Amino acid sequence: MSLTLPLLVIIVLAIVGSFLARRRALSVSGGDIRHLASLPKQHGLNAILSTVVPPLLAIIAWLMAARIMEYRGAAPLWVPLAIMALAVAGVVLSVVKVSNTFRARTASETWIKGLLIGASTIAILTTVGIVFSMLFETISFFRQYPWTEFFFSTNWSPNFRGNSDLGIIPLLWGTLYISFIALAFAVPTGLFAAIYLSEYAGPRIRGIVKPAIEILAGIPTIVYGLFALTTVGPFLRDYFAQPMGFGDSASSVMTAGLVMGIMLIPFVSSLSDDIINAVPQSMRDGSLGLGATKSETIRQVVVPAALPGIVGAVLLAASRAIGETMIVVLGAGAAARISLNPFEAMTTVTVKIVSQLTGDTDFASPETLVAFALGLTLFVITLGLNVLALYIVRRYREQYE
Amino acid sequence: MNAQQDTKISARNVNVYYGEKHAIKDVSVEIADKTVTAFIGPSGCGKSTFLRCINRMNDTIDIARVTGDILIDGEDITDPRVDPVQLRAKVGMVFQKPNPFPKSIYDNVAYGPKIHGLARNKSDLDEIVERALRRGAIWDEVKDRLQEPGTGLSGGQQQRLCIARAVATEPEVLLMDEPCSALDPIATAQVEELIDELRQSYSVVIVTHSMQQAARVSQKTAFFHLGNMVEYGETDRIFTNPEDPRTESYISGRIG
Amino acid sequence: MTKSLYSADARTKRRNAAERRFKAYGAAAIGIAMVALVILLTSVVTQGIGAFRQTYITVDVPLPEAKLDKSGTRDMAVMSKVTTIGYAPLLRDGLVNAIAEAGIQTDLSEKEIGDLISKEAAATVRNRVLAHPDLIGQPERFSLLADGRIDGYFKGRVTMASAALDQNTSPEKLDLADKLRDAGIMQIKFNWAFLTAPDASDQRPEAAGLGVAILGSLYMMIVVLVLALPIGVAASIYLEEFAPKNRWTDVIEVNIANLAAVPSIVYGILGLAIFINFMQFNQSSPLVGGMVLALMTLPTIIISTRAALKAVPPSIRDAALGVGASKMQSVFHHVLPLAAPGILTGTIIGLAQALGETAPLLLIGMVAFVRDYPEAYSSATGLFGDPSTALPVQIYNWTQRADPAFVERAQGAIITLLVFLLIMNTVAIVLRRRFERRW
Repeated sequence: MSLTLPLLVIIVLAIVGSFLARRRALSVSGGDIRHLASLPKQHGLNAILSTVVPPLLAIIAWLMAARIMEYRGAAPLWVPLAIMALAVAGVVLSVVKVSNTFRARTASETWIKGLLIGASTIAILTTVGIVFSMLFETISFFRQYPWTEFFFSTNWSPNFRGNSDLGIIPLLWGTLYISFIALAFAVPTGLFAAIYLSEYAGPRIRGIVKPAIEILAGIPTIVYGLFALTTVGPFLRDYFAQPMGFGDSASSVMTAGLVMGIMLIPFVSSLSDDIINAVPQSMRDGSLGLGATKSETIRQVVVPAALPGIVGAVLLAASRAIGETMIVVLGAGAAARISLNPFEAMTTVTVKIVSQLTGDTDFASPETLVAFALGLTLFVITLGLNVLALYIVRRYREQYE
Repeated sequence: MNAQQDTKISARNVNVYYGEKHAIKDVSVEIADKTVTAFIGPSGCGKSTFLRCINRMNDTIDIARVTGDILIDGEDITDPRVDPVQLRAKVGMVFQKPNPFPKSIYDNVAYGPKIHGLARNKSDLDEIVERALRRGAIWDEVKDRLQEPGTGLSGGQQQRLCIARAVATEPEVLLMDEPCSALDPIATAQVEELIDELRQSYSVVIVTHSMQQAARVSQKTAFFHLGNMVEYGETDRIFTNPEDPRTESYISGRIG
Repeated sequence: MTKSLYSADARTKRRNAAERRFKAYGAAAIGIAMVALVILLTSVVTQGIGAFRQTYITVDVPLPEAKLDKSGTRDMAVMSKVTTIGYAPLLRDGLVNAIAEAGIQTDLSEKEIGDLISKEAAATVRNRVLAHPDLIGQPERFSLLADGRIDGYFKGRVTMASAALDQNTSPEKLDLADKLRDAGIMQIKFNWAFLTAPDASDQRPEAAGLGVAILGSLYMMIVVLVLALPIGVAASIYLEEFAPKNRWTDVIEVNIANLAAVPSIVYGILGLAIFINFMQFNQSSPLVGGMVLALMTLPTIIISTRAALKAVPPSIRDAALGVGASKMQSVFHHVLPLAAPGILTGTIIGLAQALGETAPLLLIGMVAFVRDYPEAYSSATGLFGDPSTALPVQIYNWTQRADPAFVERAQGAIITLLVFLLIMNTVAIVLRRRFERRW
């Protein structure tokens, strides 16, 4: 028996219940609703909620339970019956309870508050889901592949006939190298852009530049990725890498790093803008009043005062760079390699997660499961950066509130 | 004629506009050297705006526009040749709310001398800092903790630190914008005492919303109302025998 | 006596020079960002605008009954036995006839002339004939897609030199294409099919379109909106209006802020492991894609909704409570309507982010080659359960193809995506302007 019938029954019962509760409320009050503790429509609302919420929760509970017990096929007969019984109980109880003194509003508000609390726990469930989705597969990966090899081997060469080398070090190297170049480009540019906009630019320039930077922020990463692939990569290869003898690969750490840097400029600049604006004007006045120039005021008073916030912003940007996927998939290359040459193709943790999970491979093999271990590592690193950054920024904001 | 009567600042027909708003209307005033001059008046009357003209702090506000001449030692500071940076070293300013930088006490005071290059070496700078802190009447309280952050001091100490910071650049004029409005009575008394001492070396202009304070610390008083300077003269005379009916109303508490 | 204020001393001059340098660094940073934006947009537009124009060959295709309907009864079962292989020679004949009529000289064989027509064109003709069997008997005028190489030649991607090395075309064919164009048989037209047609195989870039991807993205956005908006608003109302200040709500706060910064690919892993492997939802379906994107969008919506709720002054709540409304009533009757424009703006911005997201969709199999338009509901696959692709994933898919014609398609798809994003963001800005309220 499918669950469609119980769903229909619940809806019908809810409508009927709401109607009955209103009718009954009117009749017990003798037609004068001033005798009621709650309005008829609140009795109706209470009936709807009492009828709908418990059986819906029961359906979700059954679906989860069926998956966990790996139960296949249609639900046994008692499940839809139990669900419908819950709905009927809801109708009967809420209609019977209608009286002059029953506070239906309080009752329905309790239901609503419960739903609100439920919605706010989805955020927690998402985090739990993220951790568990990777944890179990990571454990089964480490059953098949020694963790010391994974964390300390400098060799990455998956082989689908088995005997793969799956060391994370070359992937981490590529990730960090690319992120470093991206930040080295984006942090000074974004910071100076923010300083110029908040301290120097007139309203006209601000009116043009701010929306333009917002456009840069709204461009999806796949667009940046294709930009790296078709424009920046060939340009760097033809005008820098080949003439300077650094190699002839269009995909490179430099390509991905530079494009990621462009992507991060608006991120860094809007965060820094907020942070610089949080420094009180009285502090600028104090410095200007002593005869400091604007740049002296910025360098020696504003930036030092804003430093914790700026550090937090840089950490958030680093977390983004490390977790960025499409730009490196299209711009960095697929070869796992540890090298200092920025014009060589290297690869990252995220690229390998994509390539190991999109191939037609056996889901139980270490070559596929390694993606979950990579994902978990990535999650832990970015979580650390995010929490640290959020902590610093929060402390900073409290200081000036 | 004693030194007190030398004119230090002379403003002629000063007008200030904030966008559309005419904030200062045709103000002319002569401010004497080695004197405390008080600007009083109800809030929004333009006294602070006029004060900020004297070291061109209004330059930092995009929509502010100033016309007229302000002469210091006979030189027009609104002249385009005048660099506001150099001007502000000569005309120091203390603000309404104590605003120490988030640096050590020492660095707060040393900031001005450093940017203006007043010290040849470290010991020179140490001397300047000590002298400024002594003039700010706060040396005894902080001499053992010069490396602690200036933001850790009490409100009154912070304001005296800001005064010390202002005098460290060896200004000739000291502008004070309601310097005691954020302080408790005891701290206010200390700062007022300090202002009286500062008169020996500087021309002090103080904006205050407290008539008692103006009477206590100043020799000259100017009364501002709705952007006009209504009356200007010896403090004693203004408070005992005002000429303009508006001044009298304000002093007797009928407007404000 | 002190120095005159009229002349700046050496130190002040040095300091002012430093000031100008510092300001120049700032202007340079702005310049770099602006130049990057301009180069990025120019490269997208110049490389992608061609996708919206396509070369067509307009000829009369003979539709002989002897070949297309041997029974002569217009019986569907008989007619559909003739495959595109049976139609292709008819198209070629039509073109050969047109060349002869126009008096164009060529040394190419009939088979080589046929290569100028896209392999997709036969299917177009066949579908039209099967839909209108009465066309059979007399020649009918068709606009046929030209081969991708010919199209590329007119767009500058293929040159005589590259054609000489290419086994799929030759300089002679390009020469003939030039003559056909002069004769008006070949034209370049606006390419509506790019926005409506499904994807095409590796050999037929000229036929590849975004129809399935746009539909898939639309379905996903519906799922995201239906899931993320109510849950996000409910969570925000609880956290902002009802939640007690304690450890638990602190944990939720930090958690939401962190979720907003979790790499998107991690959400893809979540979708793969939980929704597909554990819950057994269909791979590649807009439902799973939408659920993953909804989880990603949730923090954005929660953060902006809370900001909008916070902006409603407490006096409004007090006023409602003062006339005897319950806390719940004050929120739902007064605070929420006032915060609605802010919530809507945040939701649109969250949807725009979700529309451009690629990485998580790769992991849940949306990168597959899909030619059938997905149904919103079918009894076999349920609601939004048909395999589908999405705009950004289609772009990625095309970048992985060998023929450079697909790069043009990918850039064209980016233009389409950016236009959608522009519309959404404009709507958000207009809403914000229109309903902006200051207390």
